[in-house]
Amino acid sequence: MAERTTRELFLGDGAAVDGGSEHLHVNMGPAHPAMHGIIRIFAELDGETVVKAEVEIGYLHRAFEKDCEAGPYNHAIPFTDRLNYVSPLINNFGYASAVEKLLGIDITERCKYIRVVMSEISRICDHLTCVGASAMELGAFTVFLYMIKAREFLWELVEDVTGARLTISYGRVGGVKADLPEGFDAKVRNALVEVRQVLREVHTLLTGNRIFMDRMVGVGALSREETIAWGITGPLLRAAGVPFDVRRAQPYWAYDRVEFEIPLGKNGDNFDRYLVRMAEMEQSMRIVEQALAGMPGGAINVDDQGKPIDPAAYVDKGKQGKTEGLLLVPITLSPNLQGQDRGAQGRVNVRDKRVVLPPKEDTYGSIEGLMNHFMLVMDGYGIRPPAGEAYFAVEGANGELGFYVVSDGTDRPYRVRCRPPCLPPVAAIPRMIEGEMVADVVPTFGSVNMIGGELDR
Amino acid sequence: MDGQAILARLRARLGGRVLETHDFRGDHTAVVAREAILDALAFCRDDHGLAFDLLVDITAVDYLEFPGREDGPRFEVVYHLYATAHNHRVRLKVRVEEDDARVPTASGLWPIADWLEREVWDMFGIRFEGHPDLRRLLLYEEFVGHPLRKDYPINRRQPLIGPKV
Repeated sequence: MAERTTRELFLGDGAAVDGGSEHLHVNMGPAHPAMHGIIRIFAELDGETVVKAEVEIGYLHRAFEKDCEAGPYNHAIPFTDRLNYVSPLINNFGYASAVEKLLGIDITERCKYIRVVMSEISRICDHLTCVGASAMELGAFTVFLYMIKAREFLWELVEDVTGARLTISYGRVGGVKADLPEGFDAKVRNALVEVRQVLREVHTLLTGNRIFMDRMVGVGALSREETIAWGITGPLLRAAGVPFDVRRAQPYWAYDRVEFEIPLGKNGDNFDRYLVRMAEMEQSMRIVEQALAGMPGGAINVDDQGKPIDPAAYVDKGKQGKTEGLLLVPITLSPNLQGQDRGAQGRVNVRDKRVVLPPKEDTYGSIEGLMNHFMLVMDGYGIRPPAGEAYFAVEGANGELGFYVVSDGTDRPYRVRCRPPCLPPVAAIPRMIEGEMVADVVPTFGSVNMIGGELDR
Repeated sequence: MDGQAILARLRARLGGRVLETHDFRGDHTAVVAREAILDALAFCRDDHGLAFDLLVDITAVDYLEFPGREDGPRFEVVYHLYATAHNHRVRLKVRVEEDDARVPTASGLWPIADWLEREVWDMFGIRFEGHPDLRRLLLYEEFVGHPLRKDYPINRRQPLIGPKV
């Protein structure tokens, strides 16, 4: 028997053939500390180099599109919260806008501005989470904590407006659930001061940091042409130098009335993606400030004549037939119904009986209001767009978020299709990581900002 | 280029193979014969005036229960395209019958079509001919049926699967 080498002694006969190496198959995920969601990357390694990779998704599939077909139009709003759960407001508004397009209605000016403000706040939250989490995976735990702190300030704003932090269900077809709370401007300004402070700190910690740069510069790069061919939009496309942003290219809501820049990268690598996201947060804050300053409708509370009355007493009076003058009396609502009184309702919702629930005074105080309310919530009635189809795209935090809605003329959507912005980059992950080191998988995956809820629906 | 001009250009190129066009709510749409869809997509991508370089989405709709369309072709495969240079959009559609639910693949034109078509296969059971690897995308291999078809009940349970032993 021939003399065995040390290598063969340890690794078995034949280990020395073909340079002594054989490819190693490694599973990252479905549950892996560096995977932000449940996803499986199956990589074939030659030493530390990824030679081939395959991505498997679907672990978080919740039949979003099928569920949307099962209920009336507004029933899909809570489902859309759970698409991109880091910036759910954008999904809410995107879906509502698609249905509004199908109906052919135009929302109120104030509502447009509210949607812009809330979408941009969500976008900042999303970018903060993405940058923070990918920095943490590279060892920068401080950055993660700072950014989560900043996100907390913004989520408090979201909570103020919607009553919830994550499952907000704030959008409605034809408007929003309720008006902005009192003193919201001041709170936003205070929060933005904090966020700007955090971003300055993070810039000093990361941008130019040797370790961070070494892991990010030139890693996971896609050329301009490839990025487009892979259908990638959003920060990843802009990092490759393509100035496509739905907010600018095909302005919706009030985006044509605010000034902002579209930050562009050059190399399409992870570092450019990081820089684009950091710059976009500043632009989003500019948009929020301008939109708040330009928001029509003035103060939230207009002075109403007549003293307010409790809803229960209102209903009692109505039952006894004492309805004279009742319609003119504003009612005080429980905190979770704030902003649904007549004044707020008129500012934030379209005046269209086919679409929007009447203000609570009318529902409680007049038979017409009550009938209108029931016509909208009864099975088989509700919002009934004409038969047809419409595609509406908004700029989500990860790129173009599109909703394609088909109506057959009934009160249920015949088909709802969500075009998930993070599916194309996830599909392109093998292309981005093949030929690179296995350690580079982590920052590349982080820069993709995969969100399971929207990827798997 | 405005939407009408895009549709006119498509008609000029494909002639009778453009079966129908409409622009409901400003979304310009062309229904194309199945054998012409690859030509149409390639023309949309490569023509200088159109230059639809971004394949935004591929999806499908099952018209089984749609009022007035119960007898027509059951499925429609829907392509949304966007041109980054010209900032315009178009929607192309192909109609296919249930017993012949096959469409040529677009994965040779855009790499992203690979996954989008896998999802359509997964959800609707429409085959994409020439696709390099037509497996389910979101669901698992043991899943029976195609859930976004209208005759798939929303409350149907599938057997739980465990690790193979």
